[in-house]
Formats: sequence, C-alpha cells, structure tokens
Amino acid sequence: MTTLTPVLSRNWDRPDSFTLAAYRETGGYQALRKALTMEPDAIVELVKSSGLRGRGGAGFPTGMKWGFLPKDNPNPRYLVVNADESEPGTCKDIPLLLANPHALVEGIAIASYAIRSNTAFVYVRGEVLHVIRRLRHAVAEAYEAGLLGRDVLGSGFDLDVVVHAGAGAYICGEETALLDSLEGYRGQPRLKPPFPAVAGLYASPTVVNNVESIASVPSIVANGAEWFTSMGTEKSAGFGFFSLSGHVTRPGQYEAPLGVTLRELLDMAGGIRAGHELKFWTPGGSSTPIFTADHLDTPLDFESVGAAGSMLGTRALQIFDETTCVVRAVGRWISFYAHESCGKCTPCREGNYWMVQVLERLEDGRGTEADLDRLLDICDNLLGRSFCALGDGATSPVTSSIKYFRQEYLDHLEHGGCPFDHAKSTVWGGGR
Amino acid sequence: MSVFSDETTRARLEVDAKEIIARYPRERSALLPLLHLVQAEEGYVSADGIAFCAEQLGITTAEVTAVATFYTMYKRRPTGEYHVGVCTNTLCAVMGGDEIFAALKEHLGIGNDETTEDGKVSLEHVECNAACDFAPVVMVNWEFFDNQTPDSAKSLVDDLRLGRDVKPTRGPDRLCTWKQASRVLAGFSDGLATQGAQAGAPSLAGLDVARRNGWTAPDPARPAAERADDVEGDAK
Ligand SMILES: Cc1cc2nc3c(=O)[nH]c(=O)nc-3n(C[C@H](O)[C@H](O)[C@H](O)COP(=O)(O)O)c2cc1C
Ligand code: SF4
Ligand code: FES
Repeated sequence: MTTLTPVLSRNWDRPDSFTLAAYRETGGYQALRKALTMEPDAIVELVKSSGLRGRGGAGFPTGMKWGFLPKDNPNPRYLVVNADESEPGTCKDIPLLLANPHALVEGIAIASYAIRSNTAFVYVRGEVLHVIRRLRHAVAEAYEAGLLGRDVLGSGFDLDVVVHAGAGAYICGEETALLDSLEGYRGQPRLKPPFPAVAGLYASPTVVNNVESIASVPSIVANGAEWFTSMGTEKSAGFGFFSLSGHVTRPGQYEAPLGVTLRELLDMAGGIRAGHELKFWTPGGSSTPIFTADHLDTPLDFESVGAAGSMLGTRALQIFDETTCVVRAVGRWISFYAHESCGKCTPCREGNYWMVQVLERLEDGRGTEADLDRLLDICDNLLGRSFCALGDGATSPVTSSIKYFRQEYLDHLEHGGCPFDHAKSTVWGGGR
Repeated sequence: MSVFSDETTRARLEVDAKEIIARYPRERSALLPLLHLVQAEEGYVSADGIAFCAEQLGITTAEVTAVATFYTMYKRRPTGEYHVGVCTNTLCAVMGGDEIFAALKEHLGIGNDETTEDGKVSLEHVECNAACDFAPVVMVNWEFFDNQTPDSAKSLVDDLRLGRDVKPTRGPDRLCTWKQASRVLAGFSDGLATQGAQAGAPSLAGLDVARRNGWTAPDPARPAAERADDVEGDAK
C-alpha cells in the first residue's frame, strides 16, 4: 500500500505557514546553509543522482538540465521559474505558493547558486493576485533576513530575485514563449534548438524549471539523494502533488510518491462522489489522453502512464463520473486550445478552429459519423506537425475520447443533441 | 483630456515607471508591468496608456499595441470596478460553472465581456484558474471565490453593486478594486500579503489524511535498509 508523503505541504496546516518564521521553525533554510558550503557542481551532481524529473509536465531530469549550461559562455546566467500554471486541471503550484512560498524561495537560492546565476525570475500567471502578494512578501522577507541579495548568508554569493506577473496567456507556460514574454514581447514559442540552456533569456544561458521542481530541491539537499529515491519508482523518483478535482468526495492536493495509483488516491479522498461511478479522467491535465476505470491501477509514474497510452503530465487528475458528457468535455477543452493558440503555426491555429466547429455540431446532434474521421484527420495534421506542444496536446482529448467513447459521439447524432442532463453533473445536482 | 497629460499624474507615473524598469537587466522586460500600471490608472489600456508605455521604453506604439492585444488581462475598453470572471473551462463548467455564468448574465442583464450600466461589474468567462479542486470557481479582480453556486454568485455581485464589503475565500480580508489590483500586478505592494487564509480545505485534504494515519515522508535519519524492512514488514 502506498502512503502519502507530505514534504512541501507538511506545514500547510499552520495558519502562518507562509511566513519566514514558520518556515524556519520547520527546518526552513537549513538546506541553503548546507548548500552554500558545497561546491556548486556538487549540488548539480546531487540533484542528478536524486533522479528528480521536472514537475512542469515533460519530466526532463532536472540535474541534467542544469548540467547543460555551457561552461565557457561569458554572458550572465539566469534561473527562470515557471509559475504560469494554466494547463487545465493543474492546481498545485498556486496553493503551494499561497501556503509555502519560502520553499520556492529557498529552492531558488540553492538552484541559482548551483548553476552560478545571480539573477532569478519567477514568472507567475497574473490571474492570482493574492499568490503574487504572498510570493513578493516572501521574497522581501528573505532579502531582509540576508537570505537573498548581496552576500547571501555571508557566503559571498549574490542573488536577486524578481517576481514578474504575466497577463493572461496559457502559451506563456511553454518555456520559450515564457522567455519571449519575459523579454516584453508577445508570448510565442521559439524554434529549438538553440535550447534555453544555450540561448535563453536575453540569449544567455538559462534554466527554466517548474515551481514544484525547484521547491523540491531544498529537501533533496537537506536529506540526500538516497532519501529522495527511497520514494517513487526507479525511473520516477521522489514525491509529487497529485491534484484531485471534479466528482470526488474530497478533492484536493495529495502529496504522494510517484507510482501511486488512482485507486489508492480515491480511497484516501473518500471515493467518487456518493451514488456515482468513475467514467473518465485525465492523469496529467487536459493535454494528456484521458483514461477510464480500466486504468485505476496504472501506477502514476512517467513510464507506466506512458505505457498505458497517456502521459503523467502535471498529475492533474480531473475526475468525471457517469453524469458527464464526454463530447461536451472535449468540446470545451478544444475551445480552450483554439482560444489559446498563439497563431504562429498553421496546423494549430487552423486545426483547433476547425475542431471547434466540428465538435459543436457533433454536440448539437447536427454532425455526421464522417465528422469523427474528420476530427481524427485534423489531429493527424496537428500531432507532430505543430510548432510547439500546445498543438500536440490539443489532440489528446480528441483522439482518446473517440477511442474510448466513440459510441457516445454517435448517440448525439441519433438523439439529435446531447443525451445527458448537464444539471446532474453539477455539485448541487448530483443527488440521486 | 487624458490622465497621462495631467502634469502631476504624469510625474508620479514616471517615477513608478522608472522603478519598474530598474527591476530588469533590460528595459523592454518592463513592458508587461508597465501595461498593468497604465491599466491601474484608467481601468483599461487606452491609446494614451499605450503611448505612455512606448515613451518610457523608447519603442513605437505599434510595438506596444502588438503586445497589449496579445494578453487577455489587458482590457481595451473601460472595465467595471469589479471584474467578475467565471471559470467555464471543462472541470468547472461540468461542476456548475456554466450554470453560474448563465445565472449571472441573466441577473445582471449583460453578456460576456460587458459591464453593468452603473460601471460596477464587468462579467467575463475565464479559463482554468488553477483552482479546480475548489470548483466551481469565480474570480473577482483576480481574487479567489471558491466553491460557488448560482445563488452565492448572484448575492456576491449584488453585494459588489451595493458597495458592501466582500471577502474572498483565499485572499485578503477585503476585496480591492480593479484598478488597485492592477497596481499590485505592476509590482507595487498594498500591504495585504499576510491577510487571509494560508490554505483552503482542499489544499489540506491530503495532509489531513496523512496526519490521521500517521503517515510522513521517510525519516532521513534512519538508514534506507532499515526503512526497506518496514515496507516488507507491512506487506507480510
Ligand atoms: C502550452 C504549454 C504550457 C505549459 N505550461 C507550463 C506551466 O504552466 N508551468 C510549467 O512549469 N511548465 C509548463 N509547460 C512546460 C514548460 O515548457 C517546461 O517544460 C517546464 O517549465 C520545464 O520545467 P520542469 O523541467 O521543471 O518541469 C508548458 C508547456 C506547454 C507546451
Ligand atoms: S502549436 Fe499553437 S501555440 Fe504552439 S506555436 Fe503553433 S500556433 Fe502557437
Ligand atoms: S477548471 Fe476552473 S479552476 Fe480549473
């Protein structure tokens, strides 16, 4: 049986958890002290051996990313923390920053020292005002206490941290679009290579990491790589947030070792809401192919979820019961992708536009069976042919829903509209 | 006359702009916060606001416009004192966000992206706001109003229009105005960071389960071999 492993969330039930004083009382900033006595490269090696993989969706090994920074580039180096959290279903970084911003600030200090950067940015989505206040407050407290700024803790290491509020654009979560946005331009992805490690912010060597990735670093420095790898699986080490939302009795954040299953998580969360049963779910946000009740025992690690035909993504488990119309759900997600497509490349810009049209008529019962092939055709032209992963991601809900629920699409045609009563899916309409 | 041509206002904003620009290694990075700053002044990004940003950075108004129109948080028309955003992305929509949005449109007599005649409330449907475990979610001036219903949302907008004090679920003790919120986004503190809850109940759901069961992350002080024995012991 897998048990929960609260690390980043372990102090969240203290009403003052977001303050420097509270963070210190639970051991905060000890890891930074330790890190500053180590060689920067030794920290990079430590993070490599911990097996920490990016928590922002793609799962790239964090230590390896840090190691890619060229040694001979004379430009300043930058750490950019991705706090754009906008992938539908993803809701972990925002509560983390609200309750425990110092975990990120300490992680930034350690990571910056390790990669020899003296300036770090946190790009936070703009639509979370209080989170931005909390994070700025934590940064100010850290400056005040000598944990940031000139000569951090007397080590001779200087570090400035700038909190930058975005302005509403999902695509700015894509790391190169984020860099363009941070440079003051429209947030559109850049051609890779060069990767940010070589030419990132201001064409300088840059590491872009997710909030949770960086916030996990202090625990690794404090407790060691072996401690970290004692959780999770061989190739998906450590712990992470599993965010349960939707038709579940107790939705919320569950910090668990990677490899936990939805069945185990649902057990802890009181199951699917009373009187209903699981129909479909996303393992890692709307860009990851949906799963069904057949996948309740799939270990939620990068390899197992991949082998089962989806992606671990951001561990955003959006849970839908049998009252939910899958055609409606997918249609809404595709409207999102169409709205958020940055317009740079044709397959994504046009493909999503057409998918919205086709899905609308299917939902209204005005479509034809040939429309399903049309959708799959458009997906063929999107997947692997779009300029960035937003376009690829848009195909996930479409192809997976047709795979598992083809008949439900056809039911809309036969019924001449949606056969579901949407009121039953609501929080207040679920009674039987 | 534009607020940006009033000499005292302009002088004050130029000081703010300088402070913003100084945060960055390169000036142009200041554009997003500068746009938040002009929105804080007028409630939206006007042609004059765009010209102000362009001047501060020494770039053209066309360059600023291209950026301002890319991001959904910058409004191109006057916005109400309270911007009410109803999440209608899939998860919230299914959980009742669609019903809430429909109820507010009817109750306020306005459509998407419109403002009530008294200038108090602007209504918009918004995308996933990273609060799905609190669905259905309504944002007012980008503060969280979690776990809403059509009725709670209607009384919320009534309170806003009547000027009653309104408290976000996870936010400061009192809601600030749209302009004040934009100023925070531009990077100026309003001193409210320490107010309000540290976490909502769903954020604590996993921690509660762990506490009740006595579950913790492994104790780093104990060697891994010993811990492995525990696990085996459990399995027996
Ligand atoms: C459309 C799109 C949106 C993304 N949004 C985010 C995001 O909000 N936060 C995030 O950390 N990564 C996001 N990513 C992934 C980033 O591009 C990048 O992989 C990540 O920030 C790297 O950090 P990590 O290695 O620590 O995970 C997004 C990617 C795409 C294609
Ligand atoms: S795939 Fe979509 S979001 Fe990505 S570059 Fe192309 S148009 Fe822009
Ligand atoms: S879908 Fe509404 S907050 Fe995520």
